[in-house]
Amino acid sequence: MSIAAQLPALQVALPLLAAPLAVLLRHGGLAFAVVTAAAWAAFAVAIGLWLQVGQLEAGAAISYHIGSWAPPWGIEYRVDRLASFVLLLVSGMAAVVLPYSRASILREIPRDLHYLYYAMFALCLTGLLGITITGDAFNIFVFLEISSLSTYVLIALGRDRRALTAAFQYLIMGSIGATFIVVGIGFLYLMTGTLNLADMAVRLREVESHRPVLVALAFLTVGISLKLALFPLHQWLPNAYTYAPSAVTAFLAATATKVAVYVLIRFYYSVFGDSLVFHDLPLPQIMLWLSLMAMFGASFVAIFQNNLKRLFAYSSVGQIGYITLGLSFASVNGLTASVVHLLNHGVAKAAIFLLIGGIVARMATAANRDAVPMLRGVPADAVSPEPTFDRLAGLSKRMPLTCFGIVIAGLSLIGVPGTAGFVTKWYLIIAAMEQGQWWLVGVILLSSLLAVAYVWRFVEVAYFRAAPEGSEKNEAPLAMLIPAWLLVIATLWFGLDTSFTVGTALDAAQELVKNGR
Amino acid sequence: MNQQLVLRVIAKLLIPFILVFALYVQFHGDFGPGGGFQAGVTLAAAMIFYALIFGLATARRNVPDRLLEGMIAGGVLLYGGVGVAGMLLGGNFLDYFVLDADPVVGQHRGIFWVEAGVALTVSSVMLKLFYLFADRANHSGADVQNDLNRPEGGA
Repeated sequence: MSIAAQLPALQVALPLLAAPLAVLLRHGGLAFAVVTAAAWAAFAVAIGLWLQVGQLEAGAAISYHIGSWAPPWGIEYRVDRLASFVLLLVSGMAAVVLPYSRASILREIPRDLHYLYYAMFALCLTGLLGITITGDAFNIFVFLEISSLSTYVLIALGRDRRALTAAFQYLIMGSIGATFIVVGIGFLYLMTGTLNLADMAVRLREVESHRPVLVALAFLTVGISLKLALFPLHQWLPNAYTYAPSAVTAFLAATATKVAVYVLIRFYYSVFGDSLVFHDLPLPQIMLWLSLMAMFGASFVAIFQNNLKRLFAYSSVGQIGYITLGLSFASVNGLTASVVHLLNHGVAKAAIFLLIGGIVARMATAANRDAVPMLRGVPADAVSPEPTFDRLAGLSKRMPLTCFGIVIAGLSLIGVPGTAGFVTKWYLIIAAMEQGQWWLVGVILLSSLLAVAYVWRFVEVAYFRAAPEGSEKNEAPLAMLIPAWLLVIATLWFGLDTSFTVGTALDAAQELVKNGR
Repeated sequence: MNQQLVLRVIAKLLIPFILVFALYVQFHGDFGPGGGFQAGVTLAAAMIFYALIFGLATARRNVPDRLLEGMIAGGVLLYGGVGVAGMLLGGNFLDYFVLDADPVVGQHRGIFWVEAGVALTVSSVMLKLFYLFADRANHSGADVQNDLNRPEGGA
């Protein structure tokens, strides 16, 4: 069989095999080489899959049978337009973040743990790609656990001791979420006798109005909402993002919650069907209000944070509100906004967290230099600089490129025309107007003002506050700047040229709505 | 428990049988209950038993951490390798049918190596977990003492 036909398996197998290899090599540099090569190969595979899916007629999907066992008995990997879009996002982010992590973790993770960091990163990537590509409900749960467990470890690697508590908190919340998801899948299996998503969708039509199906829907909604940090269930996120190593924060912010959103969309449209989810139940209303609470509540909290990383962590919760808001419209345009915001927000937020990682790295070197001689040489956790606002005064003089990058990505969070964030807001507003909900247009614009407020806080401190005496220009290392700026440029690119992002998202949304009855 | 003669003798008697039983569970997996996971746990149980009687240090000398780490990774790699072998021989990922000219033999061969990988990883993970926990109680580092305010010299 040609390699083109094997792409779906390679998508998951490459990072999966890179993880044990990294452990066997027991060397940070070699592990870095193997895992980065695997991530880049996975990115290439994702591009290949995207091209393949693009050639199919609308509504068709690539189906790959693991072990040559035909579905619904065997496990099926299924790539449609939505899946290929998310695969591109996840593998692309890994391909950018991994080269960055080499320079970043030098300052944040003890050297003898580096190879394990790369192994965990590869496993996390495997899990996220697996969730996206699989067409099997139980397989989703398995990959979810792979990605979650490795995520807990990655967060706990943060050098701040609070990273341990943050990881533990996420472990508890994540496990509750995973339990809800597996209970939901259990109910679906009970009602349909199948685990294959496509088969399940067909069989569900006969038993749609039965109560266990609704229970399954409820369990899945709550469980997945925990994973994607929908507003009242977001408690694990700020701490996890704040105390994880910078590279991990950037990768998670760009991918983990996004893949959870993907799972939600997958279950709503491809399994339950939108007539059940959105027309027979008050789910759109519930989701609308939760989204609004996220957009306003979390953004409002973000304004008052003193730690830059934490500020943008809360901003993530708010931005997830936009994604679920698009979902709540239950229309093609709303869904397009959601899908396109997966990428638009992922890219912008990853850029910000990567740049903050550069700031933290520079603060760490400065702190080590100034540390009393007795403490010098004590690695990492002796001095643990947090990017708090009082330390960022006049930062634009010291790190002009870093600050400028954060501002541009921040503009995308606000939704300024010319940045990727604007595209999302545009489609959200179209979706709202379509349904005659004019008040929502005002609300969306109003929530952008909150984003202006928290981004302005950074601008004010970094650009208008006087720098401390004797600070010279000290830009982040190039190895960290280049990946971060790549994403900043991508934010601008996707704001100006939407043929890839909106093109794919629109196709995916139309496909989902059409197939979802 | 090093000094207990009865325990030492019983342990020495039992451990070989536990090991053989683990192998039985491993290789009987395709006909009856059993398989790599159960065999791996049984294997690890034998080793944990050994460590309980003869001490953690002795166990660690016989099965060092480095070996365990290699086994953890090696098992996954073996499993994945079978999958890749299926691909190289012209089938799909984890396709056992193509592993031999006769598909039934191919299925046997595939599941044999996959289960071997599972046993490797499961047994080493179990033992590694035991080492980590036992180690923590034995010579608790400054870390643990500060965290839990343990009295000195717990072990």
